[in-house]
Amino acid sequence: MSQAAVIPQNAPEVWKLPSRGIVGMACLILAEAAIFLIFVVAYVYYIGKSLSGPTPRDVLTLPIFATICLLSSSLTVHLAVSTLHGDKRRLCSLWLAATVLLGSIFLGSTALEWYHLIYHDGLSIRTNLFGSTYYSLVGLHASHVIVGLLMLTLALIFSLRGAVTTRHTERLQVLSLYWHFVDGIWVVVFLVVYVLGR
Amino acid sequence: MATQTPVPAVLDQTTSTACRPMWLEVLHDWVTTVDHKKIGLMYIGYALLFLVVAGFEALLIRIQLAIPNNTFVSPQVFNRLFTMHGSTMIFFVAMPVLFGFGNYLIPLMIGARDMAFPRLNAFSFWVSAFGGLLLYFSYFGGSGLYGAGSAPDVGWWAYAPLTAKAFSPGHSTDYWTLAILLSGVGTIGTALNIVTTVICMRCPGMKLSRMPLLVWIYLVMSLMAFVTISPLTAAQIMLMLDRYLGSHLFDTQAGGSAVLWMHFFWIFGHPEVYILILPAFAFANEIIPVFSRKAIFGYPAMVAATVGIGFVSLSVWAHHMFTVGMGAGANTFFVFSSMTIAVPTGIKIFNWLATIWGGKIRFTTSMMFAIGFLFQFLIAGLTGIMLAVAPFDWQLGNSYFVVAHFHYVIVGGILFMLFSAFYYWYPKMTGRMLSEKLGKWHFWLFLIGFHLTFDIMHIPGILGMPRRIYTYEADRGWMIWNLLVSSGAMIQTVGVLLFVYNLVRSYFKGAVAGADPWDGWTLEWSTTSPPPSYNFAVIPSVGSRRPLWDLKHPEDPDNNYE
Repeated sequence: MSQAAVIPQNAPEVWKLPSRGIVGMACLILAEAAIFLIFVVAYVYYIGKSLSGPTPRDVLTLPIFATICLLSSSLTVHLAVSTLHGDKRRLCSLWLAATVLLGSIFLGSTALEWYHLIYHDGLSIRTNLFGSTYYSLVGLHASHVIVGLLMLTLALIFSLRGAVTTRHTERLQVLSLYWHFVDGIWVVVFLVVYVLGR
Repeated sequence: MATQTPVPAVLDQTTSTACRPMWLEVLHDWVTTVDHKKIGLMYIGYALLFLVVAGFEALLIRIQLAIPNNTFVSPQVFNRLFTMHGSTMIFFVAMPVLFGFGNYLIPLMIGARDMAFPRLNAFSFWVSAFGGLLLYFSYFGGSGLYGAGSAPDVGWWAYAPLTAKAFSPGHSTDYWTLAILLSGVGTIGTALNIVTTVICMRCPGMKLSRMPLLVWIYLVMSLMAFVTISPLTAAQIMLMLDRYLGSHLFDTQAGGSAVLWMHFFWIFGHPEVYILILPAFAFANEIIPVFSRKAIFGYPAMVAATVGIGFVSLSVWAHHMFTVGMGAGANTFFVFSSMTIAVPTGIKIFNWLATIWGGKIRFTTSMMFAIGFLFQFLIAGLTGIMLAVAPFDWQLGNSYFVVAHFHYVIVGGILFMLFSAFYYWYPKMTGRMLSEKLGKWHFWLFLIGFHLTFDIMHIPGILGMPRRIYTYEADRGWMIWNLLVSSGAMIQTVGVLLFVYNLVRSYFKGAVAGADPWDGWTLEWSTTSPPPSYNFAVIPSVGSRRPLWDLKHPEDPDNNYE
């Protein structure tokens, strides 16, 4: 039973491990996906179970334009990362700005949709089961969009001030992973709420 | 062939001559620390504190149930007691103590200097700690601060629609929801940290196939947490929407479903049991080989069984719901999936037995607790298989038989292995040995108390005593059993108090441990006890699963056989 500390050392070998940021973000995405899964299950389970109106068929219209905006913002954030990787920093700022703009358009159209539903169609979270599940699922997604937009705006501000260099490519890539996730979830929400649920 | 770099036992000579820091400096140091060892110790200390609180609640419950027609506490207080006991033990004792050990040991075992995200680590701890405080603040603020307030009384699984605003007025259920939500956020943060640390921070040579099994199991357990704790967080968000914004997700009068809450809760609740028991397996995988003086038997099978448990445990949740009336198809599925999980668990039991078989066993207190764990976990698993049979469950569901079964798992399995882990790693954490003499007293008292309480508790269950019952009539014939169960609880209490005394006394008066008191094989024993804040003066690099064996036996290194 040795009393002094002796640290084992073996012959060095090539040793490369994955990046912490990307693994950490992958874990976060897995956990968030499970949260969304529960909300989606609740939505699907309650389709057609509302005791009173309005029903999805009465009030929902397909948000085609907003969906196109959000999905194309995935492309722009990818371009932002790849231009930063190629050290084209001004282009990177441009693509980041485009991403923020497209995301804001999506958020704005969700806000408009909610305004319409609440004040014209009389559907609130208290109205019926459809209202409860609709606002909770779409609201959960919208809150993720808000978080993503805040972080992207921060990255944009840093980029405009010239503080983002190729050294930060990986960090921007981690952020872009989150944004891709938010976009991907929207595809699921869209299919469940506007296609399956209608 | 291993080479070695000797490191002086005491690297930093200045501390012995430096003046004692002020208590405020010490406090500031602990509050602001991002060191994984300090955070791990805070997790453990915080869990021990809540263990005493929730154990005291259990004692009050047992006093109330010891004799028929007892009015030791009021029915309202009784409901609060079992709710708080269950919630505290699962969320603020078991989870933090397991994460505490994980936090402390994982970086040391994989040869890293800290976790992957040290600040996230501190955040996760403080969020969980705040959740626990919030849960207990409900005693003062439960009714919204006027009057005496009250704690939540909806049971630890908080079935709908009891949690609806109409049936649980005041804020006590809100405190419960928020506390569990915060605990969930902390858990996800720590799980994320553990996975990232294990994947990205291993020292050179520490391939996945060479990782200590403890690290492997924590990896699987953390991955499970993502898909297990998150659904609970989602369900808590929904419950809050119901209570604060008036949505109808679990409101049966608006067409909502109470069964949906049950599914959501148990999708968390059953894998949670495996999240809790897996670290106990992890401790056993490290402790049993060292005290049997043999390498673990069947390392790849152990890893495969762990991953298998992780997967199968995600599909067994509805065996908590056989009495709901899910239909024959669903019942059959969950009967068979629950039985399937006994297979990988059985593989583990046989591997531990094969590790002990023919070994040169050292009966330290730690090893004795580990052997107790082996037998008791087996029995707990067997009653589990009984309850997994749907018709049997229809008979005994929600009876004291169920209470006895899961306490057998949690106390007989998890707590015994935790005590074993305390006796094994306390020297590493403090630099002092725990007293073996007090430890043996602790073991035997706790063993006798445990069996008196939880063996006998099965009987009133079979006789028809329902769980969560406030009191019972004298002519039921349950009294003698309940009296024995309650007296066993007293013996366990004495054992735990001895343990706490041992922890405190040994910190000041215990024998000095040295770096490697057990002649261990994993990397944490290669640094000083307690380790310096940077863990390793030079980053180790390893060539086998037992780097310290290679170091001590250069003529016969492990990688000849792996």
